[in-house]
Amino acid sequence: MSPAIVLEKVGKTHGDAVALEVVDLSIVRGQFVALVGGSGAGKTTLLKTINALATPTTGVVRVDGQAVGALDGSALRRRIGYVFQEIGLFPHMSVAENIGVVPDLLGWPKAEIAARVDELLDLVDLPRGLAGRRPSALSGGQRQRVGVARALAGRPSILLMDEPFGALDPITRTALGDDVRRLHEALGLTTVMVTHDVAEALLLADRVVVLEHGRIIADAAPRDLMAGHADPRVESLIAAPRRQAERVRALLDG
Amino acid sequence: MAELLALLPQRLAWHAALSAAALLLGLAVALPLGFAAAKRPGLRWITLGAASLVQTVPSLALLALFYPLLLLLSNLTKATFGFGFPALGFLPAWLALALYAMLPILRNTAAGLSGVDPAVTEAAKGVGMTPRQSLLRVELPLAAPVILAGVRTAAVWTIGGATLATPVGQTSLGDYIFSGLQTEAWDMVLVGCAASAALALVVDQLLGLVGRGIEQRRPMLWGGALAALCLGLVAALAPIAAPALTPRPQAYVVGAKNFSEQYVLAELIASRLEGQGARVERRINLGSAVAYRALAAGELDAYVDYTGTLWANVLHRTDNPGRQAVLDALRTELKRRDGVVLAAPLGFENAYAFAMKRQQAEKLGVKSLADLTGKAPDLVMGGDLEFFSRPEWKAVETAYGLRFKARRQFQPTFMYRALASGEADVISAFSSDGRIAADDLVVLEDPKGALPPYDAVLLVSPRRADDPRLKALAAQLSGSLSVQAMRQANYAVDRDSDKRSPADVARELSDDIP
Repeated sequence: MSPAIVLEKVGKTHGDAVALEVVDLSIVRGQFVALVGGSGAGKTTLLKTINALATPTTGVVRVDGQAVGALDGSALRRRIGYVFQEIGLFPHMSVAENIGVVPDLLGWPKAEIAARVDELLDLVDLPRGLAGRRPSALSGGQRQRVGVARALAGRPSILLMDEPFGALDPITRTALGDDVRRLHEALGLTTVMVTHDVAEALLLADRVVVLEHGRIIADAAPRDLMAGHADPRVESLIAAPRRQAERVRALLDG
Repeated sequence: MAELLALLPQRLAWHAALSAAALLLGLAVALPLGFAAAKRPGLRWITLGAASLVQTVPSLALLALFYPLLLLLSNLTKATFGFGFPALGFLPAWLALALYAMLPILRNTAAGLSGVDPAVTEAAKGVGMTPRQSLLRVELPLAAPVILAGVRTAAVWTIGGATLATPVGQTSLGDYIFSGLQTEAWDMVLVGCAASAALALVVDQLLGLVGRGIEQRRPMLWGGALAALCLGLVAALAPIAAPALTPRPQAYVVGAKNFSEQYVLAELIASRLEGQGARVERRINLGSAVAYRALAAGELDAYVDYTGTLWANVLHRTDNPGRQAVLDALRTELKRRDGVVLAAPLGFENAYAFAMKRQQAEKLGVKSLADLTGKAPDLVMGGDLEFFSRPEWKAVETAYGLRFKARRQFQPTFMYRALASGEADVISAFSSDGRIAADDLVVLEDPKGALPPYDAVLLVSPRRADDPRLKALAAQLSGSLSVQAMRQANYAVDRDSDKRSPADVARELSDDIP
């Protein structure tokens, strides 16, 4: 099976500042990849090259085998789900209209969009009664559930998430994280999630890619990463979750 | 009051038509410009700067400036393409007001669009909207309340500013205000202000409802308010639209400058033409120079001017060869230069007359302008709005070596008041003004003949040069008005109590003419 997303020697500079050094990355279908690293590591830039929100200075990005640079950006983005850190719901549209925006852009019939909205409200565990509300009438967690529903509405095979749970409280965050993982399985998605929270990455992803200064410094399954890494920067990154895990195990073993 | 209100439908109609047209033009230019400027800081800086600059020009001056500009353009197109366009009336008022309406729309459009949360525009892009879809579906709806607030401001400004269309020859509610101010008919001023304010208020509230409807996404509300606006406009336009739709003979356009005598004379001419079965339009409150140029351009058919004024302003002469010589020279020169017909002298003179309070003149021993030379440095000279920039003033100033302590400009009405209250010691009065006798003023003699004669003359436009009705009218009016009759008529309009309307006074004046 061909990989869903491929980055070949992708680099990106903003003037003199280097956002991404040469990056090679291949993501197979159905994988849940977490991009971790400190701020300014290049995580978001890398994510945005996948749906053409950012244009690489060098190299090629391929989605489903097609070079992104040769595609129409708007059309590409309609078939890739995208969840924003700031959520970015349209404040003048109802919950239903927010969720239905991509199907509408894709030209689906009205009835089909309405059915899809109901289906998605169920899927992200929101009461259907919220459909007519404005985003301002929702809680932070409910808003991000709408954000996830909006990203999935056009039946994308790829879901990109940029710090999706960053603004949420820890309990909401865990619940929503679990739900996203469940949706990833159920819908057979290829998911790429940017996060600065290593523990979250280890809990949700199949594969953790660590970036620093625009370079990949580690790329491994959570289990392998926890087993130990040669790079001291990566070691220090996973030191805290490892200590927490050992403490929890000690508590459970009583 | 009934007579005042009878004119309301016509004036309101023109006011509404002018305001609506100016606002629509302003929108058509400022909205796209605002869209473009929102995304380009450089363009934004330039356009907002230019619009703000326009705003700093007083609106009356802006309207006035459009007249010579359009006249120049009209002459240019006439020379190159063989057709011109009217430089007076609707066009200058429309363009100036539209220019004025642009700033609030432009500023709020640019501010509204660039004020949309970047997370939301990023999301619009992220879900796959094209820039156009993002603008129409997301940015515009979100910026709409701010843009609409700008449109409301522009609407209120435009409706208020449209009252200033009167001096460039466009009928509006300003006709009440300018005429009322001139004749101190405060009820007239009040009618104009109240009608204009009421119109602004209603439009502002309806636009507010449109905004609320859009914000709350209630199509019934914004659609209803918009429909009410359109219906209101159509209803307001009916008095001018209905006659325009039925073919009728072309109207005679009778002009008047901006003082009482002119209103009376315009009414006299108009009512006599109407008596002959003609249709007449009145353009009152025109600036002195504007009136003559409008006549020469065929935008007016007839009005009354004064030989001294024409002598100085049109022929640019400062000498004084005597009454008959001036009249004869004007008759041939106006015809030769502009095709304008000097149809008849009316029989009276309205000269610039330097006037003082009798008591003060006697105390100072001043009988003539020559006596004033030594006293002037202690006295304040009051003139009407144009007097100090006129060649007559220069001529008198030079001939008698007058150096006043200060010069002050007044509306003619307030000039007499200023003399009474001591804010001015000498004023440039008018010899046919009823207030000279009523206020017991002394008119100073002009021994050096520095001031030219100011015989009132009926002028007729080139295109009506051989018009039988105007020819008959000229024959009737020739030498028919004595200065006493004119003073009485003027005073009846100007006095504080038992005030009469110009139309009323003109009727009486007309009855005494065979």
